[in-house]
Amino acid sequence: MPLIIKLLAQRIALGLILLLLVSGLIFAGTMILPGDVAQSILGQSATPEALENLRAELGLNDPPLQRYIQWLGGAMTGDLGTALTSGADITASIAKRLSNTLFLAFWAAIIAVPLAIFLGLLAVRFKDRWPDKAISAVTLASISIPEFLIGYVLMYLIAVKLRWFPSVAMINDSMSLGDKLSAIALPVTVLTLVVLAHMMRMTRAAILNVMQSAYIETAELKGLNGFQVIFRHAFPNAIAPIVNVVMLNLAYLVVGVVVIEVVFVYPGMGQYLVDHVSKRDVPVVQACGLIFAAVYIGLNMVADVVAILSNPRLRHPK
Amino acid sequence: MNDHLHYLARHAVAGKLSRRDFMAKAAALGFSAAAAGTLLTTEARAAGPQKGGTMRIGLQGGSTTDSLDPALSTNQVTLMLVRLWGEPLVELNDEGGLDGKVAESYEASADAKIWTFKVRKGITFSNGQSVTAEDVAKTLERHSGEDTKSGALGIMRGIKNISTEGDNVIVELDTPNADLPYLMADYHLVIQPGGGMDDPSAAIGTGPYILKDVDMGVRIVAEKNPNYWGDIGHAETIEMIVINDNTARVAALQSGQVDMIDRVPPRTAKLVARAPNINVHSTSGPGHYVFIMHCDTAPFNNKDLRLALKYGINRQEMVDKVLNGFGSVGNDSPINSSYPMFTAVEQREFDPEKAMHHLKASGHEGEVLLRTSDNSFPGAPDAAALFQQSCATAGINLNVKREPNDGYWSEVWNTQPFCTSYWGGRPTQDQMFTTAYLSSADWNDTRFKNEQFDQLLLAARAELDTAKRTQMYADMGEIQRDEGGLICPMFNDFVDATSDRLDGWVENAKGFALMNSYSPLKMWVKA
Repeated sequence: MPLIIKLLAQRIALGLILLLLVSGLIFAGTMILPGDVAQSILGQSATPEALENLRAELGLNDPPLQRYIQWLGGAMTGDLGTALTSGADITASIAKRLSNTLFLAFWAAIIAVPLAIFLGLLAVRFKDRWPDKAISAVTLASISIPEFLIGYVLMYLIAVKLRWFPSVAMINDSMSLGDKLSAIALPVTVLTLVVLAHMMRMTRAAILNVMQSAYIETAELKGLNGFQVIFRHAFPNAIAPIVNVVMLNLAYLVVGVVVIEVVFVYPGMGQYLVDHVSKRDVPVVQACGLIFAAVYIGLNMVADVVAILSNPRLRHPK
Repeated sequence: MNDHLHYLARHAVAGKLSRRDFMAKAAALGFSAAAAGTLLTTEARAAGPQKGGTMRIGLQGGSTTDSLDPALSTNQVTLMLVRLWGEPLVELNDEGGLDGKVAESYEASADAKIWTFKVRKGITFSNGQSVTAEDVAKTLERHSGEDTKSGALGIMRGIKNISTEGDNVIVELDTPNADLPYLMADYHLVIQPGGGMDDPSAAIGTGPYILKDVDMGVRIVAEKNPNYWGDIGHAETIEMIVINDNTARVAALQSGQVDMIDRVPPRTAKLVARAPNINVHSTSGPGHYVFIMHCDTAPFNNKDLRLALKYGINRQEMVDKVLNGFGSVGNDSPINSSYPMFTAVEQREFDPEKAMHHLKASGHEGEVLLRTSDNSFPGAPDAAALFQQSCATAGINLNVKREPNDGYWSEVWNTQPFCTSYWGGRPTQDQMFTTAYLSSADWNDTRFKNEQFDQLLLAARAELDTAKRTQMYADMGEIQRDEGGLICPMFNDFVDATSDRLDGWVENAKGFALMNSYSPLKMWVKA
């Protein structure tokens, strides 16, 4: 099917162009931040000569366009430069933090996504009866409570009182998978509660929308039971909006969990970014921005692609 | 006390009897739980520190951007790290005196201008190299000089020349300084091989531990240095975890994931202390929370207005409400009883009538603007609100402006004429005054320029007679209380907590929090 390949290629190309534009925005944004980078590295007592030397060394005297191209070239070959504050290699530090973040997001997603979709289907099956209302009430309540509060409450009950799981979700390479999973049990629970409602409500709404269609009535008339109708006929036709909202939530799990990281002392990307923003460590901020943008654009692209593949009308545009 | 009980306590300490059984037996013998508990602690101390085990510490203040270079150490985590792997020439002891570390002994010339430090014989760095006088001299050089980034530069400025002679390091000063050994206890000045000039972040020193696994701002693991010369460093392994969130840090202690934490929030400290397995320790220290006025900027260049504000603050109320009782009242001077040569001067009290009198005398009309932020000290906006209310009773219209945390230290502090701030204090009066109250000080954040004060400071520095020095510092305290731009309502205690897995806490140790950050080295894990 060459048409599909052409469509996918178009999507991916669009995603890359978008990422390029975003990289320009990030670079420009960090350029107009107040304060001189050399000054913030050397501190108040820096002499003018030392400042001038450092500016030359960092290439701050080159025209912005040239610096942007250099930075972009480095980023594309995996070289994100070195952190100004600690002199550490950014690619290596980010790789470690990003893998931690992805580890947490992965396990939260593994639990939250199937659970949300299952609860959504359940809510449709028992629409307007007590299971539907109970599911909606619980998930909406959990999305409405600030995540740090859910975190503290679970920490108090499960870590301090019952001592089932640790309150400090510190993971490192010497731990076995079982130990790691035990360490992240609490943050995964909180993240699941936070993202559940959005995906569940969307699943419910999308499927209910499809349930009005004539072919659902046909399926019912031919004698299929409630779950079969929903699962075989309604769900495949509602997949595009569900995947969209799932992807948005996955992106949130990767880029938006700094509060959870702080509360559970999890060594992920969020804390890493915040530490460097407060020290005006621009190369790290740029690198994190680029990675977060790539994650967002990438996941949305996946959502688009799934939507195209799952919908024959989009597969064969006029 | 009963011999049998002592016998039981020794058994309990040796692990032959559980704590619970011991308490039950003590109760059967007619002793209260408190008395029995005290006895158990005494016996544990008498048995001496136990070796081995893993000590886990949860600390506030670390960041991913921290450096292992001791010259750049600025927070509690990097300070404690330096303590683990390195040692300065001398160190403050629990009573406020000095103990030799890398220096075995030291002596001054009669005029206190030339100081000689004798390097301890036979000690080695953790890389196996012997420690020489050359290493010490190079270390001091690295922290001096105009191009250094060291946090110790301020205290190294008075040094004219550093030389070596056999095992001796000779430090020559521009002007006499009786406190030089105290300056050498600064935590930045840990002795490194070759002064750390080649590799400042190697973390190689003479300390009791060797860093094994370092993930800055996250977790640091250190193992016992088998060749350490001294008798501290009892645990086999130290694990430090950075937990910046207050609630998370306390929960980690309560759930038994760490054995020791710093900065227990004063508001919840009493609740935390209720848990049977947790001991909360409050240590008075030199740290203080301040309201600072620029003495050279209108309207604060008016002494009467400064006095009006000083009389318009209710110090006891702040200690009670902002520190929840974990602290003591200040007296508009940065010095309190934690300093070696302290004499109390008459305490200034909250007095709305005097405040009103001085306000009238100043002729100031309209509002006075105070800037504050959450990070200027814990509870600063609350303290500012209390100040506003107590001022209102004296007819002073204090307007509080909340500033963002981000950029507070560069945009507001030391720039705006009236704001909230804090000081961690210094080990000696001379250092505190030289850092922030000498006319020419870099961090003169009250723009306090007083000729008499400066002269007294330089005279006291050169004075080796303690009685005369004590009198000079008392006089300076008075000048500052009456003339200065500093409103110091309270000295904050360090509030730390340990679990009962650990023993060996020393009450009211001098210096920084957590027994001057020596608690990981001086405490031990109970067997």
